[in-house]
Amino acid sequence: MAHITENYDVVVIGAGHAGCEAALAAARLGMETIMFTVSISNIALMPCNPNIGGSSKGHLVKEIDALGGEMGKNIDKTFIQSKMLNKSKGPAVHSLRAQADKEAYQREMTKVVFNTEHLTVRQAEVTELIVEDKVIKGVKTYSGATYYAKAVIMTTGTYLKARCIYGDVSHATGPNGLPAAVGLSQSLLDNGIELYRFKTGTPARIDKNSIDFSKMEEQKGDEEIVPFSFTNTEEDIKRDQISCWLTYTNEETHDIIRANLHRSPLFSGAIEGTGPRYCPSIEDKVVKFSDKNKHQVFIEPEGENTNEMYIGGMSSSLPEDVQYAMYRSVKGLENAKIVRNAYAIEYDCINPMQLRSTLEFKTISGLYSAGQINGSSGYEEAGGQGILAGINAAMKIQGREEIVLDRSQAYIGVLIDDLVTKETHEPYRMMTSRAEYRLILRQDNADLRLTKIGHDVGLISDERYEHLLWKEKMIEQETERVSTKMIGANKKVQAFLEAHESTPLKTALSLADLIRRPELSYDVLEEIDDERPGLPKEVTDQVEINLKYDGYIKRQMKQVEQFKKMEEKLIPEDIVYEEVGSLRIEAVQKLNKFRPRSIGQASRISGVSPADVSVLLVYLTSQRGK
Amino acid sequence: MFMEDTIAAISTAMSDGGIGIIRISGPDAVKIGNQVFQPANKNKSLDKMPTYTAAYGKIHKDGKIIDECIALFMKGPKSYTGEDVVEIDCHGGVVVVKKVLETIIEAGARPAEPGEFTKRAFFNGRIDLSQAEAVMDLIYSKNEFAMESSLKQLSGSLKNKINSIRDKILYEIAFIESALDDPEHISLDGYSDKLYEVVKEQKAEIDGLLSTADNGRILKEGIKTAIVGKPNAGKSSLLNLLVGEERAIVTDIAGTTRDTLEESILIKGIPLQMIDTAGIRKTDDIVEKIGIEKAKNAIEKADLVLYVADSSSNLDDSDFEIMDYLKEKKTIIILNKSDLDKVVGEEEIKEYLHKDVITFSAKEETGLDELYEKLESLFFEGKLNFNDEIYITNMRHKNSLKQASDSLNMVFGSIEMGMPEDFFSIDLTDAYEHLGYILGESMGEDLVNKIFSEFCMGK
Repeated sequence: MAHITENYDVVVIGAGHAGCEAALAAARLGMETIMFTVSISNIALMPCNPNIGGSSKGHLVKEIDALGGEMGKNIDKTFIQSKMLNKSKGPAVHSLRAQADKEAYQREMTKVVFNTEHLTVRQAEVTELIVEDKVIKGVKTYSGATYYAKAVIMTTGTYLKARCIYGDVSHATGPNGLPAAVGLSQSLLDNGIELYRFKTGTPARIDKNSIDFSKMEEQKGDEEIVPFSFTNTEEDIKRDQISCWLTYTNEETHDIIRANLHRSPLFSGAIEGTGPRYCPSIEDKVVKFSDKNKHQVFIEPEGENTNEMYIGGMSSSLPEDVQYAMYRSVKGLENAKIVRNAYAIEYDCINPMQLRSTLEFKTISGLYSAGQINGSSGYEEAGGQGILAGINAAMKIQGREEIVLDRSQAYIGVLIDDLVTKETHEPYRMMTSRAEYRLILRQDNADLRLTKIGHDVGLISDERYEHLLWKEKMIEQETERVSTKMIGANKKVQAFLEAHESTPLKTALSLADLIRRPELSYDVLEEIDDERPGLPKEVTDQVEINLKYDGYIKRQMKQVEQFKKMEEKLIPEDIVYEEVGSLRIEAVQKLNKFRPRSIGQASRISGVSPADVSVLLVYLTSQRGK
Repeated sequence: MFMEDTIAAISTAMSDGGIGIIRISGPDAVKIGNQVFQPANKNKSLDKMPTYTAAYGKIHKDGKIIDECIALFMKGPKSYTGEDVVEIDCHGGVVVVKKVLETIIEAGARPAEPGEFTKRAFFNGRIDLSQAEAVMDLIYSKNEFAMESSLKQLSGSLKNKINSIRDKILYEIAFIESALDDPEHISLDGYSDKLYEVVKEQKAEIDGLLSTADNGRILKEGIKTAIVGKPNAGKSSLLNLLVGEERAIVTDIAGTTRDTLEESILIKGIPLQMIDTAGIRKTDDIVEKIGIEKAKNAIEKADLVLYVADSSSNLDDSDFEIMDYLKEKKTIIILNKSDLDKVVGEEEIKEYLHKDVITFSAKEETGLDELYEKLESLFFEGKLNFNDEIYITNMRHKNSLKQASDSLNMVFGSIEMGMPEDFFSIDLTDAYEHLGYILGESMGEDLVNKIFSEFCMGK
């Protein structure tokens, strides 16, 4: 029987959020790329929550955009509500979140991938990796077709040997009843790749016609809309927004759950995978936080053209009849009609310790993986890894320098570094507390941090880069201007300060000093700033943030400097740790297991002490001298 | 870890007699040296001194003179570490040397990490690459020792106290972070007032530890020395003799010392942390039993044991039991009560326990000089597991407490300035890390674990 054989530069397995970013990045960098999916009508599917962004995840989307990715642009096209979270907090934790029209989101992303040069989209299940002498050569599909490639990126999400479970019902399917990918796991094991089994879950979807919204609190979007993409302005994306709704569980709900716990596959042991702690099922919450008599429930529309409402906060794997009872005990959901059941899903993922910081496997050259297969969770985490894997596959093929983002450059860097250096035992979610330099890693400056890299790589146009350079210059000039412009203690100024409940001046102060006052801002000060140039908000925001949080930012910059020095001390890949005298045995074992790329990374591995790091530094120096 | 700052440490073994040298190395060595050193000849301040010259002068702190000394300046890269180095040669005496070091730390130097001078020398090319292995060994062994002595010095109660402060700080960070991660579930309204109180309390705890650290009560120092022996052999009398005051309760009734007593003393410049213990003998008295358990524990923890035997009565089962515990220990046998009729001789006891024996009378105070000499020789021949590291470790502990306290001060500052809550957790985290340094622990996954265990997060 004759089989198809084709040649590509890059094969991407999976067309979810990681797959799309990876395939688009590779193709846009000129690589002949083919992206496989088990279902062509489900490209960029959002199988769980109907939103993009949120605390620290919004940062990831902004970073993807700053590097030249698609997620930000796509959600800007298709959002139905937008909100900046934590607005009353510091700028570092302002986080953008948008409710998506799921169907539109998929449709728009599908259009983009189909219309990108060098990118082929193909429905087929990849069942086998072709590896020769520790080098990836391509993949085989279920039908026996062979696709040779110089690099393969696995973005299989939750599809590997997926199993969906509620009560005693168990389907061997991926999310939303889509076919699972059953063959590839074995091929991974055959190639010496270590697998984990993780689980996650999703709540029910309920028909909006069966919901009594009058009993719930309305949650409206922001009036001022901030785009995700740096290429859009507020005017570009302004539209009517759709509300979400807030209601609560109650003691009755909790009683129903408690009375049926024995029927949960989690408690009966039918689910073996490890679940995430940050997004617990409602039964987990009731058991773990038994002192709480209510939990929030967010009712979120899944799109403009569907009746389905997502019941945020109540994911579950309880049996169907219990689901009905528990949802209907919630205020406003008394007559709820379930459209789709809540379920838990189990899937295979890899132990991400097997990856380099470039997302390439340490032991198989040219094989990459990104997204949920790496033990992360979330669309945004997937997208962030996807674009990095796509870029690095292209860089490697083109013989160019690979891109590693470090913890001081991007949340994407924190995410990947955590994945490859920390032993993950549950799906990993990005959190702002994981970023030690978060004052510098703000969502508002993602372009200033990353767009140059995107341009160097080739994903950012010259025009966009020119704009960035202009913006940098303007920020610098305006900061200089307000720092040197002195404001005298004249009548007008004193009256102005009084009106803003600010201490009157004793001597002249610089405009910058006034901006630093908590009760004042760059914008309000326009009144007494007669030479103000008309600069866009993207510039003036940066000027204001840099001045207001100057002291804190400088402190963090200092820490970053120290951090960088250790990151830049690379460890040769062929180092034999047993030959480094004086390392403790535990350190040798850990270092062998993780094989960190730099001294900095080594220092973050638990079980490697500061003394071990010193010893390693001495060793590396002595080796270089030989 | 990083080579930009200026470090300091005592670089000679501690003794009351000789000269104590404190070494300062790094870019600010001269600046810091100048702050603490006042030359007798004004033209000889450190910044005016040519390299490899010395000046006579005084170390002063807050206008008070601490010691007379000689300061030496060695300009980098032609110095031991390859950086600017200032050495202060003091008149010695443990207390003075330590005070001088403290003054230097307060002026901006950081207590050196174990082996750090050598490490810097290596990285600055002052040590041949071929000696890398020796450097690694040194770093390794110094760190092992520092860790060991650091943990040894942490009494259980101090450890608990630091853990408790850390835990309270961690809870607050976790609360703030949960609210930032899930603002729709957890509100921070009015939180800064509450945090202010918590920070105030915890800062008071830390400052309390710091004040006790100053007079050396909490961060105990010295060679842990246990005095053991069967009841009424004269252990407490020996301790009182060494301490020079009636510290332990001394009676003729066997078993009066029911608990262990601790006392830090200085003998010939050697710091000893004395642990008097209840006599070891087979007993049914419950209170005494606990005391005996403690004595056994004390032997285990001790660097040195002074075993007091009664030469006026025959060795019995209790003596043999004690000697069994001491086989592997650095021990000096004090054959006490030489003023009474001798029943047990030096040779006899040596047959059972092959250690140095001193014939002694606590009552008549004979044998004391011999004991001092023995201690001195043990110490200076390096047979005792002790060196300046203990002082430095203490200094590091103190430094960490100070930094933790400073970080909490910054939190006050942020609260008072009306900064948003996410700024609080920056300095709270620093405080948590500084305290962790004393215990040899870092943040790691502590925060994430705390967030998930305490707060119900996520949709």
